[in-house]
Amino acid sequence: MPGPHIRKEVSIEKIMYLFSLALMLPAGASIFLFGRHALFIILTGVLSAVFTEYIAKRIRRQRFRMDGSALITGLLLALTLPPRLPLWMVALGAVFAIAVAKEAFGGLGYNIFNPALAGRAFLTACFPKEMTRWVLPFEAVTSPTPLNSGFVWHNGKIALYKHLFLGNVGGSLGETSALLILIAGFLLLALGIIDWRIPLCYIGTVALLTFSFGKDPLFHVLAGGLMFGAFFMATDYVTTPITGKGRIIFAAGAGVLTVMIRLFGGMPEGVCFSILLMNAFTPLIDRYVRPRPFGWRKTDEQKRGS
Amino acid sequence: MFRTIFKGKSFSGGVKVPENKLTENESVEVFPAPKRAVLPLAQHIGAPCEPVVKRGDKVKTGQIIANSKAFVSAPIHASISGKVTGFIKTITPSSGKVVEAIVIDSDGEDEWERMEAMDLSAPRDELLKRIRDAGIVGLGGATFPTHVKLSPPKDKRIDTIILNGCECEPYVTSDHRVMLEEGEKVLLGLEVIKRILSCDNAIIAIEENKENAISHLRDLIKRKKISTEVVSLKTKYPQGAEKVLIKVLLNREVPLEGLPFDVGVIVQNVSTARAIYEAVFEGKALIRRVLTVTGMVKRPKNLLVRFGTSIESLIDHCGRMEGANEVITGGPMMGISLPVLDLPVTKDVNCILVKRSLRIEERDCIRCGSCVRACPMNLLPTELVKYIKAGMYERCSEYYIDDCMECGSCAYVCPAGIPIVQYIKVAKNEIRRRVKGGS
Repeated sequence: MPGPHIRKEVSIEKIMYLFSLALMLPAGASIFLFGRHALFIILTGVLSAVFTEYIAKRIRRQRFRMDGSALITGLLLALTLPPRLPLWMVALGAVFAIAVAKEAFGGLGYNIFNPALAGRAFLTACFPKEMTRWVLPFEAVTSPTPLNSGFVWHNGKIALYKHLFLGNVGGSLGETSALLILIAGFLLLALGIIDWRIPLCYIGTVALLTFSFGKDPLFHVLAGGLMFGAFFMATDYVTTPITGKGRIIFAAGAGVLTVMIRLFGGMPEGVCFSILLMNAFTPLIDRYVRPRPFGWRKTDEQKRGS
Repeated sequence: MFRTIFKGKSFSGGVKVPENKLTENESVEVFPAPKRAVLPLAQHIGAPCEPVVKRGDKVKTGQIIANSKAFVSAPIHASISGKVTGFIKTITPSSGKVVEAIVIDSDGEDEWERMEAMDLSAPRDELLKRIRDAGIVGLGGATFPTHVKLSPPKDKRIDTIILNGCECEPYVTSDHRVMLEEGEKVLLGLEVIKRILSCDNAIIAIEENKENAISHLRDLIKRKKISTEVVSLKTKYPQGAEKVLIKVLLNREVPLEGLPFDVGVIVQNVSTARAIYEAVFEGKALIRRVLTVTGMVKRPKNLLVRFGTSIESLIDHCGRMEGANEVITGGPMMGISLPVLDLPVTKDVNCILVKRSLRIEERDCIRCGSCVRACPMNLLPTELVKYIKAGMYERCSEYYIDDCMECGSCAYVCPAGIPIVQYIKVAKNEIRRRVKGGS
């Protein structure tokens, strides 16, 4: 038996549970901001995701294990949903995410699309009205999200930034409070679980592009699901490239697509679809963006083909 | 001549591993010569040796008992004096290959046969011949015959000699102790290497966790006014890998499929330098080495052991602990676990690690990319495994599988417990077999 005969103290479970622990911050914020129904959405999302995974594994005659991945999918899906979505829709989204987007592709490690985002996209396609019914935090008043055309603000820029930063605006459960997303995100960065390249390049690209189109970059960074997507969705291991360079391309691509959809598309928000689109490019990026091996010289290219 | 001394130089990739150098303060203890020595005829890379003794022959310690006419080979010497009592098949502990071995039963006299002592004024060819006659091979674990390594092709100019004292594998402390206790011999061995290569520019590379060895060698160098620089490197695995070391020290990359002399460098291990000293100045053949017995033993030790000594007797000497069920020769990162313990110590065994075996379930890759970041050769381990599993071996070559040095950094960090090195080893063999069969 060759080595190594020692291993780092790390496992799939450890990574997944630390990730879900970090997600407790935006999850907690959503319950604080949007009340009891937010808690029900989260619980429904998580339970249906895990249960679907169990059934799928039984059907595929594989061993079911609580590796934490279904839990994360359920949690992530719930946090991207509007605060008043009926629970049966939440459950349906979770079933789609796990059964179709994940298990049908072969399970953890083989899925092409981020399961939570696929679930959200599925719900957006099925229930366009319910999926765009937003409310203000602390009150049951319907209100557009900051990115909607109906959104108006009279109290000055600084106050707007403050509201966006703290999360006191309409939006999906977990996306509104930039502050808590940042804390959770930096926690994951410090633990080495997510790669800094992705949030940095994704958010950076959006800021740069919106600025060059004459829009307010800070507003576009704080509003909508960008922060949430950049830290928790675009960093998904399975559906993003494995190399550093590949991840930079992935994140920059998602940034470009997000700005295109927000500024020129038919929808106010584009984070979900831009990440899903880039997911589709991931195998291609991994195939062609490869590091230069140690000791490689120009003449080696002809020798082995690319 | 002296370049600036950088502290804590490092490289990209690699992993931080717990050092566990339990025996770094244990002085080397001479392990008594065994009653019976089993000496495999292939303890090096290259042509195996043919016996030059018959059953019943009396042999002295240090006498050649097996040799080969091939250039890439190194003779085997009797490690004890006594009688040749037979030829058996055994397994070499580090390669796992079944090889022929000569058995010598001791007469208890330990009568030596020495070669004539030489010094630095000897002609270069004589020095090289002496290194070959003494059976010296790379003692860091590579076991490449040293006289071959010290005879680079005429068109390759060597401008730097690197003496490798990194010892980046956890647990192992044999090189560390050799540097501390026999620093003079190491430095004189290095002078022989310098003389052979007509190159006066030498660097001794040591990881910063061996601070006492660094300062000891620096003191000796200052006192003896030798032109050699001791460089302290960051403690990081695999700092001591030849290609990594050259990159870190000189910022030169050994080309793909190339060797260090392609970039003007020769790397030798510190224990090899010590063996060269003994061969040249004392006329002693390589019949013993310092190795570390460590891990789950009651008294972890550094021992000076004759080749052919049973590994089991060393473990018994150090006291095996309850619960240990696996023995590794070499370090825990690149070592091999032994199928049986009744095997002889050979030239490349620098460590015997007793431990509890690791049970890891192999899961599906979650594409976290940890292995990609850990690979010091900038390869894509997970992609290699993907193609190996699919049987797409041509793809593996395209992903530079041959450049993998099997350091194990990728498998060490893998959260899915994938034995990446094992997959790569199997694939390399399969590719080699196909190339042979196809042409």
